[in-house]
Amino acid sequence: MKQELIKGNIAIAQSAFDAGCDSYFGYPITPQTEIGEYLSRIMPKNNRAYVCCESEIASINMCIGAAASGGHPMTSSASCAIALMQEGLSYACAQELPIVIASVMRAGPGLGNIYPSQADYNQAVKGGGNGDYHIIVLAPSNVQECINFTHKAFYLAQKYRNPVFILADGLLGQMMEPASFIEHPYEKIDNSSWVLTGAKGRSSKFIRSLSEKEAQHNEHVYKLFEKYKKIEENEVMYDENFTDDADLIVVSFGSLSRNVKAAVKEARRQGLKVGSFTPKTLYPFPTQRLRELSRRTKKFIVAEMNMGQMINDVIVATRCEDVRHIGRPAGNWLDIDEIIGEIKTTLGDVYAASI
Amino acid sequence: MQQVFKIPDSLKKNTEYTFCPGCGHGVAVRLLCQAIDDFNLRENAICMVGVGCTAFLYHFLDIDALECPHGRATAEGTGVKRINPDKFVFTYQGDGDYAAIGMTESMYAGIRGENLTTICVNNTNYGMTGGQMGPTTLIGQVTTTTPYGRDEKLNGYPVKIAEQVAQYKGTAFSARVSLDSVPNIIKAQAAIKKACEVQIKKLGYGFVEILSPCPTNWKMTPEQANEHIRENMMKEYPLGVFKDVTGEMK
Amino acid sequence: MAYITIDEKKCKSCYLCINACPKKTIKVGEKTGKTGEKVAEFVDSGQCIGCKSCALVCPDLAITGVYR
Repeated sequence: MKQELIKGNIAIAQSAFDAGCDSYFGYPITPQTEIGEYLSRIMPKNNRAYVCCESEIASINMCIGAAASGGHPMTSSASCAIALMQEGLSYACAQELPIVIASVMRAGPGLGNIYPSQADYNQAVKGGGNGDYHIIVLAPSNVQECINFTHKAFYLAQKYRNPVFILADGLLGQMMEPASFIEHPYEKIDNSSWVLTGAKGRSSKFIRSLSEKEAQHNEHVYKLFEKYKKIEENEVMYDENFTDDADLIVVSFGSLSRNVKAAVKEARRQGLKVGSFTPKTLYPFPTQRLRELSRRTKKFIVAEMNMGQMINDVIVATRCEDVRHIGRPAGNWLDIDEIIGEIKTTLGDVYAASI
Repeated sequence: MQQVFKIPDSLKKNTEYTFCPGCGHGVAVRLLCQAIDDFNLRENAICMVGVGCTAFLYHFLDIDALECPHGRATAEGTGVKRINPDKFVFTYQGDGDYAAIGMTESMYAGIRGENLTTICVNNTNYGMTGGQMGPTTLIGQVTTTTPYGRDEKLNGYPVKIAEQVAQYKGTAFSARVSLDSVPNIIKAQAAIKKACEVQIKKLGYGFVEILSPCPTNWKMTPEQANEHIRENMMKEYPLGVFKDVTGEMK
Repeated sequence: MAYITIDEKKCKSCYLCINACPKKTIKVGEKTGKTGEKVAEFVDSGQCIGCKSCALVCPDLAITGVYR
């Protein structure tokens, strides 16, 4: 397939268009602004909706309106502005609405910094909205995955009637590398049973999150969790290398996983028994696979560009005592030497203990 | 013998409102449904339901409805309308929903000239939560959070919503009406119809603010509440049409 | 001769209709309604002119029809 030099943000924007996104609602914030800029050039002239919103609160709520009335909406944003969307995201989960959100992480807390970061793992995976809910989170590692996962995000959103995050970071958003745009590879999902179209030839229906009775509310949340169970059973994606005989596995996600993979390859070349594990879905998290791996491997390093967020999910999955974190809040990615250094320190302990 | 009044078809059969006795919401909803009937919009309409006493609206309307987070009804309506430009999309909100928590989203419906219709019920308090100070609470009005009366030094001044909406070029119609009396209810009906008409004709944003009695939280009888609207509310909130691009209701 | 129909199940005894009627053809009735108060009752005395005032002010859809 023909490859072009494509920037991560543009990959997401064009792929959203190709995946059938019929409405984009957004507000500028570095480092993802090109997504909105790009779509502003192609959406209106193709008769699709595009609104320069007054805030991210408006963006997410316009997405809710579009999704509820049969649309395939997307918004994109970053960090402190994704924070503004949390109320809407909780509603969208409660009302089971298909919305795609591209979140291109920068540094936080607060206004933070425009440097790349992975400090919004918890924001996406654990959520900041109220109540019991889950948002599907896809974490691309390269521009090709930005393309593939954007297509998948639109599919999963409709399939499960649930918001889906594409969780990228400033590095991935701003980086250019060879990749190929693809045709939308997924089937169309029939949404006619639930979307609001006007009560023509039928009684009226409504989409809401309010339950007036306790039993009604519990029933609704149990139903949501049956859906989440299906998502956990069917949609987990991950990538692993050299894990078969590894004494140590380095877990990482997103663009940092590329450095981790390179570091692990180099460590192998140096004779160290080390593997890498990359969740591609952060929710559903590959808990089951990590647990299987932890039967043999007892040491894990979690490398992430934050102060330790995904590590908690790795600890829960592996139930191992020796799960170490390596990372920093933002800016220059952990390089291969730093990762190998941590691998050697950790393995040194292993080998010392085994003598 | 001819039936000269009937319950609008856009209301569900045998609807029993859950509003308090004498509450203006019941009249406002009926007038809205009458307008929807008059334009034959029921099967093509999608309602954005606000939060507060308005939140149970979908129990009463035989119209597709979306429950919106507090203050976000016009944003959600924008999302619906932009991909369904031929649907009739309206929001039904209270003054707190519209002009406090949702002020930004509300104003931008007018600023962008969204083809939406908004009915905003102004009863000068947060009714559902038991009568706290809202954006339109009158100076001196006692509420549960202004126990000594609204003091402008502490709480600022009441928001004049209809005038504010009228100033935007994207607004096609903005009026303030009242439910205190039969003649004013008839005028309210006309204004609501006009706010629907401008959307149908794609002229821009249609807005009606309705001065509405809240006897329970005002601690008045229904009749006293209507008197209060005439004597006190209308001084702060004069009735009138502040903008009508069709020029028919000036 | 004009008349109105009242659905007593819906009446919440606000009595706005009684005050709105220019011909005083509605009164506080004998039956107790959903609020525990006496419901409004139409007095079919031949005075009703079918002006709809009562129906327009009724906040509870309790006046279900006006005929003339």
